[in-house]
Amino acid sequence: MKELRLMKGNEAIAEAAIRAGVDGYFGYPITPQSEVLEYLMLEKPEERTGMVVLQAESEVAAINMVYGGAGAGKMVMTSSSSPGISLKQEGITYIAGAELPCLILNVVRGGPGLGTIQPAQSDYFQSVKGGGHGDYKLIVLAPASVQEMYDFVELSFDLAFKYRNPALILSDGAIGQMMEKVEIGEQKKRLTDAEVKERCPWATTGKDANRERNIITSLDLDPNKQELFNHKLQDKYKEIEEKEVRFEEIQTEDAEYLFVAYGTSSRICQKSVQLARAKGLKVGLLRPITLFPFPSKRLAELSKQVKGILSVEMSAGQMIEDIKLAVNCNVPVEHFGRMGGIIPSPGEVVEALEQKF
Amino acid sequence: MAENITNKDIVKEENLVYKKTDLLTDKALSYCPGCGHGTAHRLVMEVVEELEAQDKTVGIAPVGCSVLAYEFMDIDMQQAAHGRAPALATAIKRLYPEKYVFTYQGDGDLAAIGTAETIHACNRGENITIIFVNNGIYGMTGGQMAPTTLPGMRSSTSPYGREVASMGNPLKITELVAQLPGTYYVTRQAVHTPAAVRKAKKAIKKAFENQKLNKGLSFIEIVSNCNSGWKMTPNQANQWMVDNMFPFYELGDIKVPEE
Amino acid sequence: MTEEIIIAGFGGQGVLSMGKIMCYSGIVQGQEVTWMPSYGPEMRGGTANVTVIISDERISSPIINEFDTAIILNQQSMDKFESMVKPGGTLIYDGNGITRHPERKDINIYRVDAAAEAATMETTKTFNMIVLGGFLKIKPIVKMENVIAGLKKSLPERYHHLLPVNEKAVKRGTEIVQEIQILN
Repeated sequence: MKELRLMKGNEAIAEAAIRAGVDGYFGYPITPQSEVLEYLMLEKPEERTGMVVLQAESEVAAINMVYGGAGAGKMVMTSSSSPGISLKQEGITYIAGAELPCLILNVVRGGPGLGTIQPAQSDYFQSVKGGGHGDYKLIVLAPASVQEMYDFVELSFDLAFKYRNPALILSDGAIGQMMEKVEIGEQKKRLTDAEVKERCPWATTGKDANRERNIITSLDLDPNKQELFNHKLQDKYKEIEEKEVRFEEIQTEDAEYLFVAYGTSSRICQKSVQLARAKGLKVGLLRPITLFPFPSKRLAELSKQVKGILSVEMSAGQMIEDIKLAVNCNVPVEHFGRMGGIIPSPGEVVEALEQKF
Repeated sequence: MAENITNKDIVKEENLVYKKTDLLTDKALSYCPGCGHGTAHRLVMEVVEELEAQDKTVGIAPVGCSVLAYEFMDIDMQQAAHGRAPALATAIKRLYPEKYVFTYQGDGDLAAIGTAETIHACNRGENITIIFVNNGIYGMTGGQMAPTTLPGMRSSTSPYGREVASMGNPLKITELVAQLPGTYYVTRQAVHTPAAVRKAKKAIKKAFENQKLNKGLSFIEIVSNCNSGWKMTPNQANQWMVDNMFPFYELGDIKVPEE
Repeated sequence: MTEEIIIAGFGGQGVLSMGKIMCYSGIVQGQEVTWMPSYGPEMRGGTANVTVIISDERISSPIINEFDTAIILNQQSMDKFESMVKPGGTLIYDGNGITRHPERKDINIYRVDAAAEAATMETTKTFNMIVLGGFLKIKPIVKMENVIAGLKKSLPERYHHLLPVNEKAVKRGTEIVQEIQILN
């Protein structure tokens, strides 16, 4: 029988990391995600799988530890919450520039600045538009349940290694802190050093006599080469956009209006769909699971079917820009959201729909 | 007759007085003539060669003049963000405890922007080697004041000399890290004379060998010059270093493991 | 079946763990569950509350502002959550420290004086289990045997010797819960 546990989202991430055979976790405490590091320390993954867990001196150090480990071909990750993720941006752009796989978890809290410790979705731009300097993208997954927090760890690493690109799980304080039933997977074995060499022939595993030295860098002072490299990155992102879009649709078949929401907001909107339908409003929900790549194609299709789209986000309206780009003015697109750590209620969302359309 | 002597006549096994280690690539060094980096690179690579550890060594290059160290060292290397080399090294060493892991950093990288990473890697006692080349100036960006710039010393951002009252004191970070329980071996060397080079190499070798003991971090400062940044000829720069840098940054072992 | 519950009281009363035990019990009998706490500094010594949803179906929003049942264990929570019980819903409270009793006429009201009862038991820490017993008497959404299994899962093994006293407390709760106002 499958093992079921009641876990917080943050704990599920940590357990999933151990079970997925992750080699290293480097983190720094910040509310509301400290349970990731706490859980790992309590579980002694060093004994369970040999996984390295280290509390770094800062978020900056933690992401650069990830940079080091990823460059050496290992499965490594870090987690933080919004202010800490801002600090990590330097490391993340280096990792993207050096084309390294890794996993970053952002359990988003309200901002700007120190903001609040309550959940928000105001880091969307930072997540899907790069975040640090330079033209780069992260693969961004948005879990909407504790089970998805668990499942997306392995999925993120699969995608990260497939494309040699950092992956980000964009969660929030609500999903991090809430407990749900989680189906626990099998314990996977960590790769041996020989297997790492095979999977990552580019990694700094020590120069053998039979190959050239491996260099992990994001630097090329020759602008022509640097431009070529940028083209290569853009081609990769295009391929990701073609192949890796993931989303879920709820009652869209006959929908006349559409909610678009991810993560916690999408859970609220599921209830809002029920409430709206009880009032006779034909409403559906499109939940992007990948935020980059964004389900633009499907949205364009749906824009021909519906009379209006309401983007529901715990922010001032960020994802709405990508929705508008996707539907290309086919239908009116409006935003409804709460900010500063407030979660909208399902009823509020229905009211907003009624008011705006 | 002199004009009949060709290279072929000179380049012979019996005339060999020096041979570049195979672990330095054939790429021409990008450093200014007279700079200590070339010698320091060579010493590190000679040590790796002597330990037969090319396949077991990972180096971390900083941001600074030695940002391109990976072009010259024929080993697997990673180029770190400014100041973060000890963080990368920490992870790599913990994930590969059998490997030799070293960082190669300048004074701006290690003692200004990377102070936190430096101190915490030292304090945790990571089993790595830090090679710290201190020339008292930001060389690559054009000679700005560094954390190790001496009082009164001119730079492009202290054009009238470092005024301690407003610009702060030079940081003796090597003495500082020597205080930390996590450091095992801390020494300050130079590479301006053959005797100094021999001593520096011995220190670097010891530092690498220490990685096998799992007793903590070895920290090698190499006081060096920057004739371009200091606006001097190479010889003047070396003399200035002896006269001014060495009295402040005294050469010798600062923390030696008890035998 | 979907039951949406808020449990609210002081930090230290076992509000969060009561919710956990409910969830574990739900899992044991194959249901979907969510447990959404208030978190942060407000928890430290202040009020604590948790939204628990137990359902036969996939749970949509874990965050709601209308509840089938409110379990209220201090005055602040009474002030905050009485109005958020759905019409026809249920409010259960412990009278200890309550200065303003519930006033709504459109909900069912029960009282379980668990604090007073806990003082007569081996350990006052069983307080929340007495409350849980009271709730289950009124809303038997999870079977007693599954509650015991849930309790076992949520308690670390080193506390398993406390299982019998907790079980006893749950049973006691079912006995002492009183009807205050029942809608027809």
